Formats: sequence, structure tokens, C-alpha cells
Amino acid sequence: MSDDPSSQAILDREFLPIRAKILEIAASLDRAERATGDPTADPRWQQLETGINLLLQKSGDRAEHVQMLFSQPYEAQWRETLKIKS
Amino acid sequence: MYYLDPHIHMVSRTTDDYETLAKMGCVAMSEPAFWAGYDRGSVDGFRDYFEQLTSFEPRRAADFNIQHFTWLCINAKEAENVSLSRDVIAMIPEFLGRPGVLGIGEIGLNKNTRNEATVFLEHLDLAMKTNEQILIHTPHLEDKFQGTRMILDMLTDDRRIDRSRVLVDHVEEHTIRHVLDQGFWAGMTLYPVSKCTPARAVDMIETVGPERLLVNSAGDWGPSKPTAVPDLILEMRRRGHSEAAIRRVVYDNPVKFFSQSRGFNFTPPE
Ligand SMILES: [Zn+2]
Repeated sequence: MSDDPSSQAILDREFLPIRAKILEIAASLDRAERATGDPTADPRWQQLETGINLLLQKSGDRAEHVQMLFSQPYEAQWRETLKIKS
Repeated sequence: MYYLDPHIHMVSRTTDDYETLAKMGCVAMSEPAFWAGYDRGSVDGFRDYFEQLTSFEPRRAADFNIQHFTWLCINAKEAENVSLSRDVIAMIPEFLGRPGVLGIGEIGLNKNTRNEATVFLEHLDLAMKTNEQILIHTPHLEDKFQGTRMILDMLTDDRRIDRSRVLVDHVEEHTIRHVLDQGFWAGMTLYPVSKCTPARAVDMIETVGPERLLVNSAGDWGPSKPTAVPDLILEMRRRGHSEAAIRRVVYDNPVKFFSQSRGFNFTPPE
């Protein structure tokens, strides 16, 4: 698939971009904390913290887990809720 | 490399964009009917839009040797007006025989409401009665997972539907397998803020494989990048994918899917 699919090669390419993204997140969180009011009371703050914690899992599908964190769960009974005939 | 953009809203783009896309290797595109940014007031508003999609836009594209194809429907946002939607659905067959029309789309859900689901089902029924292919929009952000699952529920409930003639668009990491595992085609949209980056799209190609997978820019009147498919081509090259593997996703796959439409009178370059 790739000329050099080693994790070493991927880190060579991605280290600086990842570092920059982590700094962006760190600075954004600092900005919210510096502002008036308490951001930690907002449920979105908890969501962001949970998302950051998901990144530390060695799951191999972090992106999918983060997506699910920010998704409404599937409600299988949606037809009854919306009164749609199947 | 030659490529097709299977989902782009050229009525919202400039002639300069056509020129740029042509220079980048775009040989054909398909343009689903969508929301104009405001609600159209009448069925005649849609008739004029379909006229533009089937006559003027293909001519504008042809000036740059790009072949333009289209899909017709009333989009999910305007589907909240069920009576207008029914009038539009009744009028669509006037245009289905025109050259370049690939089917019904982009239908789908936006906020996963009862009216949206009702109009979606009525579009499916039209597509089955007229033997058309279907292109489906899935909701954004927190509504995407539930909306995609609802759409798959409605599609799999209808025994008339041939899954190989349905494209479910705007898939991301949490919806792509649901779509592909049930036998549908899946589209990945490269969009600056709300959808997927070229790097993540290539990650998905690498993890699920290229079968029944398409990539598009969904360029429209909002923040979007009509040249996003060439960005993906570059990302695949940088990762060492072969030219044949890249071509499969950006050329062979869309040609294969579109070839199932009567209106796909495509002339390949050379
Ligand atoms: Zn679209």
C-alpha cells in the first residue's frame, strides 16, 4: 500500500502536525478558562474532556469513538416515536 | 490523473471553478439537487431549478470539456413543507427522461423529523416506480448517526430496492461500515469544517477498502472546496498508494456506479 508503512515513517510525517493540534486544543481550553464564567459547568466542556481522554485509549478506532461521543445515540424505536408506518 | 466529482453543486460555483477543475483533471461531475440557502416558494421554483440543472449547467461544463450529470428531488430541509414536496415529487418525472439525469437525489434527512422521513419514503417510492438510482444525503454532526441508521432502516425495509443502485453520502468513521456492510455504495465528502478531511478519508479507504466507495467535494455556496478530490489524490500519492489504487476510487468507482443509470451517456477521455 505505502512505500514505507512503518509507524516510524508516519510519526516522521505527523509529529509536528499532531504537536500543533495539541497546542491548539491546549490554548483553546486556556482561553475558555481565562474568560468570565466557569466553562466546566457547561456539558460541552465535559464532552470535550471525555473526548480528550478517548485519545489515550489504545483502541485503534479512536476516531470512531470520538464520533460516537458527539453523536445522538441510535433509537431503534424511532418509527413509533415519529409515528411512521414501516 | 483524470477523475470524477460525484457530488458538487456547480450552480453555486463560478465559471472559473469549472476552468480550475478541468485543469486538475476533472472529466465529469454529478450535481444533486439541494437547498438554495433559502426555501423556494413554489413548484415552479423547482421546475426552473431543474431546467437549469439539465440544460444550462451541462453547457457551462461542456465549455471546459467536463461532462455534467444531475439528480433531481426536493431536499430534506424543504421537505418540512410536505404539500410542496408532494407537488415537486409529482413534477419530477417531467425531467427524468432528459439526457444526463442519473436519478433521484440528494434526498435524505436533515434533523431526523417525521416530515423529512415521510418525504424521503415518498421519494423512494417514486424512484422504485420509475426505476431510478438514488443518491442520499445524511445529516451532519450529532444527527448523523441516528439519521444514517434511520435511512438504512427505511431502505432495507423496502424490498423493491436494489442496494447496488443506492449511494449513501457524507459517511464518516462511525457510519461507513453500517452503509457498506448492508450492500450500499458510500460517499465520503471532503469538507472544511463539518465533514471529513482528505487524510481521514484516506484512513477510511485504508481501513475498509475501496469497494463501493466514492469521494466528493460537495462544493456548494457555503465554505467548501471544489478542488477537494485532487487534495485526496495528492494525499494518497504521498502515502505511496499506486496510481491504479487511486484511480479506482476517483474514477473507476464513480463510473461503475453511474453506469447503472440510463442517463449516464459518458464519453471517457481517450
Ligand atoms: Zn450536497
